[in-house]
Amino acid sequence: MATPNLTQDQSEPWASGQLAMLERMLLIRHAEARLAKTAKEVGLPGGVHLSIGQEATAVGICSQLDQDDWMTSTHRGHGHFLAKGGDVNAMFAEIWGKSTGICKGMGGSMHVADFSKGIIGANGIVGGGLAIATGAALAAQLDGQGRAAVCFFGDGAANQGVFMECLNVANIWNLPAIFVCENNGLSEFTVSSTVTAGELSNRARAFDMPVSVVDGNDVRAVAQAAQEAVARCRRGEGPSYIEATTYRIHGHLEAEDMILGGGTYRTSEEVERWRKDDRDPIARFRSCLLRDGICDETLLEGMTAHAESLVDAAVAFAEEGPPADTRLAYALMGVGEEA
Amino acid sequence: MTKIRYTQAVNEALHEEMERDPKTILFGEDVALAVFGDTRGLLDKFGPQRVRNTPICEATIAGMAVGAAAAGYRVIAHMLFSNFIYTGFDAIANQMAKLRLMTGGQIDLPITVLAVYGGGASQAAQHSDANHPVLMNLGGIDVLVPATPADAKGMLKTAIRSNRPSFFLEASGLGAVGGDVPDGEHLVPLGKAARPKEGSDVTLISVGSMIRATHSAAKKLAAIGVDAEIIDVRSLVPLDEKTIVASVMKTGRAVVIDEARDMCSAASQIAAVIADKGFAGLRAPVRRVTVNNSSMPYAPNAEAAIFPNADDIVRAAASICQREVA
Repeated sequence: MATPNLTQDQSEPWASGQLAMLERMLLIRHAEARLAKTAKEVGLPGGVHLSIGQEATAVGICSQLDQDDWMTSTHRGHGHFLAKGGDVNAMFAEIWGKSTGICKGMGGSMHVADFSKGIIGANGIVGGGLAIATGAALAAQLDGQGRAAVCFFGDGAANQGVFMECLNVANIWNLPAIFVCENNGLSEFTVSSTVTAGELSNRARAFDMPVSVVDGNDVRAVAQAAQEAVARCRRGEGPSYIEATTYRIHGHLEAEDMILGGGTYRTSEEVERWRKDDRDPIARFRSCLLRDGICDETLLEGMTAHAESLVDAAVAFAEEGPPADTRLAYALMGVGEEA
Repeated sequence: MTKIRYTQAVNEALHEEMERDPKTILFGEDVALAVFGDTRGLLDKFGPQRVRNTPICEATIAGMAVGAAAAGYRVIAHMLFSNFIYTGFDAIANQMAKLRLMTGGQIDLPITVLAVYGGGASQAAQHSDANHPVLMNLGGIDVLVPATPADAKGMLKTAIRSNRPSFFLEASGLGAVGGDVPDGEHLVPLGKAARPKEGSDVTLISVGSMIRATHSAAKKLAAIGVDAEIIDVRSLVPLDEKTIVASVMKTGRAVVIDEARDMCSAASQIAAVIADKGFAGLRAPVRRVTVNNSSMPYAPNAEAAIFPNADDIVRAAASICQREVA
């Protein structure tokens, strides 16, 4: 993805950078919509956690990163993976459990990773990426190449004790870490405000860390915050905290209705409000781009069709792939065949 | 050969391996002052970038080890007492042990975790666990319990160079024990048991710290006419099943000595291996000398009553050798 420099005027690279951002948001949206459809109609091997409605945080942050920068993700990680440059074919094959998957079918939806692109990986443990990203930031500091380590986590993970530990270590060691809290207001099946004291951002302030709280459904605002945080990392000025307020349209996972058995933790009216064009991150960005004359309806239609065709190809790639190697787990764990 | 103490052997291994590879880093609690002696001199020699005191935050120490290793470094993490690994257990059990598998082999995690384990010093239950069985059950992590200075040095050096995560568990009370260590580069392969004493009547299979009581038991057994062979397991994962089974096939009898709680201990795993693969050679049931599913009490007399000792080993061996113990 071309890195948009947000301090520039509306020049060519800026415009192409923004179109690249929209392209990536569309790819994430269409890929996840297809996963939802497939999970419902055909079934997928494991749990699928979708980030539909949160695309602007993933893309806004990653638009400012280089391939060499490190990134850890969450159980809701397809968007982060694609935003950081992960391959949609390899991601779908992974979710389908195929040997052509990015992790050869050993990780699945919740664990997509591609180290060649700095994607340390999604993580099935809420908050599991926090200390790993902090360790990657330590490595980046020792490397001395100006690399940054970004940690995506949610408001649910912010209640894990390791969050406070990592803010502390990152600051005392002045690590090039960016803690990105995607605050969607929901901790799995629980409204976060019912289990959270105070403002999350105050937790970072308590560790004397620069804090930026942004509208997480405004991709340009997210990218702006990321640009500043990444620049601090590159200059060796230490960690930053970004909180992006957003909303998850889909359930905690696709099987949610079945699991909840009629129980609810939010109203359908609330979900519908966030689906509307004035809140949806893609609809909002589209209208900005139209208003600013960066694209027209024809171009947008073409981009949408292109995203859908990439997803069609990814499904075909996943379906055609050979099944996972049944001996690979032993080999990777260093276990003799006898065991 | 030079005679040095166990702690000094660990210290030499750390110095040599950090010298050897500039991408080797070490961090953990109180490593600057080297409260256990094993990290002495590292900060002065390698500087505050590569040798770092962490806050008391085991979850983050273990998690950072994973992140830094994934990002290209060879990490040594010091957790002080092995009881403290429980606080860091998500990063150990869910991340360190599993990420090579979960990423389809995209990464190696060259991590060595140091911790002191075991009882015998009135440290009470929260500083006395022999929790190697918990680690053995994770899969994907090597578990090392060297019992001599030579093995401590040679195995730690091998572990640091290995691309698999490993736990190097220093037995409490062994730190001051001296022993000959070969001069120059000294590497001991992982997954090879040692046989410090040959014998013909019974195999005493010792796990880690139990080696002293085992040697003492072998002497007492000799006095009642039992010629014991001693196997020092040294490495629990990988486990040298071949050496263990071959010895039992020869002697026909086995006592496994482990200071872990009996339930799912290293001793019970080794006993199961002997039952599976050495059954034809067995002339008596396999005995286990372990801790009977209790944590360590504080009072010295109460702890000593629970802690496996030479007499326990002698009784167990004599019972399967049809000997009377005086």
